[in-house]
Amino acid sequence: MTDAPRTVPGESLYPRLEPLLAQVQKPIQYVGGELNAQVKAWDDVAVHWALMYPDAYEVGLPNQGLMILYEVLNERPDALAERTYAVWPDLAALMREHGVGQFTVDSHRAVADFDLLGVSFATELGYTNLLEALDLAGVPLHAHHRDETHPVVVAGGHAAFNPEPIADFVDCAVLGDGEQVVGDITDVVAAWKEQGRPGGRVELLARLARVDGVYVPRFYAVSYGPDGAIAAVTRTREDVPARVGKRTVMDLDEWPYPKTPLVPLAESVHERMSVEIFRGCTRGCRFCQAGMITRPVRERTITGIGSMVDQGLRATGYEEVGLLSLSSADHSEIGQIAKQLADRYEGTNTGLSLPSTRVDAFNVTLANELSRNGRRSGLTFAPEGGSERIRRVINKTVSKDDLVRTVTTAYANGWQQVKLYFMCGLPTETDEDVLEIAELAVEVIRAGREASGRKDVRCTVSIGGFVPKPHTPFQWAGQAGAETIDSRLRLLRQAINADRRVGRSIGLRYHDGKPGIVEGLLSRGDRRVGRVIERVWREGGRFDGWSEHFSFERWTAAAAAELAPLGVDLDWYTIRERGQDEVLPWDHLDSGLDKEWLWDDWQEALSEEEVADCRWTPCYDCGVCPTNGTEIQVGPTGRSLLPLTVVGR
Amino acid sequence: MARQPEGPPPPPTVQKLRLRYAKRGPLRFASHRDLARALERALRRARVPMAFSAGFSPHPKISYVGAAPTGAASEAEYVEIGLAERRDPEEVRAALDASLPPGVDVLECVEATEGTGSLADRIDAARWRVELPGVSPAELAAAVAAFLAADVVTVEKRTKNGLRDVDARAAVTGASAGEEAGCAILHMVVRQVTPAVRPDDVLAALVAVADLRPPSPPRAVREAQGRLDDCGTVADPLGPDRVAGTRCQGEPAAV
Ligand code: B12
Ligand code: SF4
Repeated sequence: MTDAPRTVPGESLYPRLEPLLAQVQKPIQYVGGELNAQVKAWDDVAVHWALMYPDAYEVGLPNQGLMILYEVLNERPDALAERTYAVWPDLAALMREHGVGQFTVDSHRAVADFDLLGVSFATELGYTNLLEALDLAGVPLHAHHRDETHPVVVAGGHAAFNPEPIADFVDCAVLGDGEQVVGDITDVVAAWKEQGRPGGRVELLARLARVDGVYVPRFYAVSYGPDGAIAAVTRTREDVPARVGKRTVMDLDEWPYPKTPLVPLAESVHERMSVEIFRGCTRGCRFCQAGMITRPVRERTITGIGSMVDQGLRATGYEEVGLLSLSSADHSEIGQIAKQLADRYEGTNTGLSLPSTRVDAFNVTLANELSRNGRRSGLTFAPEGGSERIRRVINKTVSKDDLVRTVTTAYANGWQQVKLYFMCGLPTETDEDVLEIAELAVEVIRAGREASGRKDVRCTVSIGGFVPKPHTPFQWAGQAGAETIDSRLRLLRQAINADRRVGRSIGLRYHDGKPGIVEGLLSRGDRRVGRVIERVWREGGRFDGWSEHFSFERWTAAAAAELAPLGVDLDWYTIRERGQDEVLPWDHLDSGLDKEWLWDDWQEALSEEEVADCRWTPCYDCGVCPTNGTEIQVGPTGRSLLPLTVVGR
Repeated sequence: MARQPEGPPPPPTVQKLRLRYAKRGPLRFASHRDLARALERALRRARVPMAFSAGFSPHPKISYVGAAPTGAASEAEYVEIGLAERRDPEEVRAALDASLPPGVDVLECVEATEGTGSLADRIDAARWRVELPGVSPAELAAAVAAFLAADVVTVEKRTKNGLRDVDARAAVTGASAGEEAGCAILHMVVRQVTPAVRPDDVLAALVAVADLRPPSPPRAVREAQGRLDDCGTVADPLGPDRVAGTRCQGEPAAV
């Protein structure tokens, strides 16, 4: 990018940005000023963090992880944190033309001025947006071209559990929960600056590499064997750990963040407040990376939840609260939480909701309770697999009868619309497994019409391609090709439309298989994939999570050009099944899960054997608790919500 | 099939309040929808006892009057809200202002007086001030003179139904060129017409009559809204409520 006229560090770019905003779509997303946003004086603090969600503002703003870190950091007297998001191509073009760099929305400071740029990767499809932001910021794309005047680029979030594809572009990756580690990183940076930056950037990175949970890719060398697979990953310094472990926050009640959630003026994908009621999940769904890497389960107590809901509503004015987690109905006191919150907010036009839930009659009872005072519009269940057989493979067992019964109960209780989430392309899947979704949907509608006595019940089937993820039992699986996914989805559509009288009550929402292949490349890729990402970005690739911007052809062409000389290709990374002995690119990054346990679980999947949840059955030695010195933290506490103090006049 | 929610109907409106608020600084980039959402949340945060509509998804009683376009700042946006319990207007103003992000500022709140007519009926024109950075005051003065001298100045305007020709001249009842700190300022009063003529349309008209092309995007501020009186000034739309009401809050709209 063109060199921007240099300013005083931390100075606002707004005067130069403002004229550009008048010329772009939805300028409000770039101006900040959200309710509960924080602005601190630059010179008052030692350490400056820019926090980025590498997607559009409307998706990034509501992200819980980043909102938590923003508050945690801003509470420190010696640090400030400001947010930055991916800018759309219309503004990016104007910024390049006028020499305005990537900026934060809070004070419109140049990202290049900050000490750290923390990027939250919930999805790998944000990688090209990272490169775009670095380039717009005027920060060298490659970590080894940066010097001590450039921000330290830190990746976090679930995708950071395999940061190898972006290893060339980030300085560090952080594994696990961020609440505490951002403080440790701040301490290291503050001390290094205070001491006059001894040893330059390399020394700073070496110090960071000794912080628990921080991985600095440049201190690890990767060699490849003749078959293209990794031969070994070895550290290049003795003072960094051979394997990097993850961070785990043990007492969620001590970390009641976000306390004052950000409320945007602009519209966002999630127009409600969220309270995370527990972290981690041990249901053991074999496809679910989030569940595997966030073990063990740590509950927030009912009283902790109650006060976060109360505080958050006061701070935001939102009219709906989502009680979030990976499987909210599993909280040991969810029944009481639902009842007591519903009692508390009766008559206040405050909505309460649980995200998509497992298929279980109890969940309908819960949803009824939460919607006691409101409308019963839609309920979402996630059976994920179409047939009982495939549900045993993925360890999400529910019988077809139970499924139909649960959904029918929902209709009978006044819910008009039920959404069912499925995946396509799961290991061992056949056309028949997917076609059973159609049978199921038809049966659900028939039974639902009968039970509710109404014709207007609806069922929406939402289905997407499965992408095998690192640190899961399916990390060895061959991904289904895009053609396989597309042809199964076609068959499914035909089957649903076969009977018009029932079919018109069934909606089908699906994503084609192509983006999933790219996500697969980025999820299980190694450092060589970095070249593909860079080439795609150079050829204009951005916003890969958006169908109107995503170009499969650009990715396949770039992959072919960059990988062929290395003797590997797109299929090698995606549809190829891995063997037990292969060194996986993320083997030196430790989620705590024992690789042997994962392999055994993979074998059990193939023989359709289920595994129980360690919250209710004895520990089955997945490895996490002993490795990390953690343990399951669940209630019930038996406590009750305190009555709200009467506020007002 | 009109199903009704169980339970008693929502309490009725017992008090109507009329508010004037400003959108300033960077928040001029907020759209009407953005502001509407923010206002609803702020009303909840400020615990204003709103009256709600009946039905399955009850809505708070809020009616907006002619919002300024996205990108234009304003000192004179108006909204009317219905309360289920009586409140002191000044307390509502202060609480609401504190609950809105800085840059959306509630300036006045008065109780609507029965029988003095609706707020919408009291607004048919707006006074605008447009800063034109990079344009010389003389250039602007010449362009304004050319514009005022014309009987009709047709500009193309993007509407919901595609491009349309509108006469920008007919809507403008007065315009003058000024200067502040070397920056040319366009002052004008524009009548409400359909399709609406906005500052952008008048600026397009200045291109048409005098080829006035500002090097960087102009900044428009709506200074006042109200009924156009015979002298060509815009009257305070809250005036009738203020006169009829028992107390008068805040400084009157600068008109
Ligand atoms: C569980 C989940 C949900 C649940 C619960 C969400 C929740 N708990 O916040 C439900 C079902 C409600 C949900 C809803 C939605 N989700 Co969701 N969700 C997820 C999922 C799987 C995990 C998120 C999670 O656990 N968050 C909990 C927070 C606390 O954890 P965290 O964000 O990982 O952050 C912690 C650490 O990772 C770390 N960390 C994170 N970033 C960084 C950065 C640095 C520098 C450091 C040091 C540390 C660090 O610190 C944080 C605090 O400990 C992610 C995918 C993923 N693997 O992350 C998708 C995901 C975020 N969701 C997504 C979407 C689209 C949505 C919805 C918009 C769907 C919809 N249409 O309604 C809504 C919006 C919700 C919202 N608030 O944003 C997308 C976002 C796509 C995108 N382009 O970015 C994702 C990526 C899934 C996907 N691949 O499509 N979601
Ligand atoms: S180590 Fe045992 S108790 Fe801990 S998460 Fe794994 S299976 Fe559960």
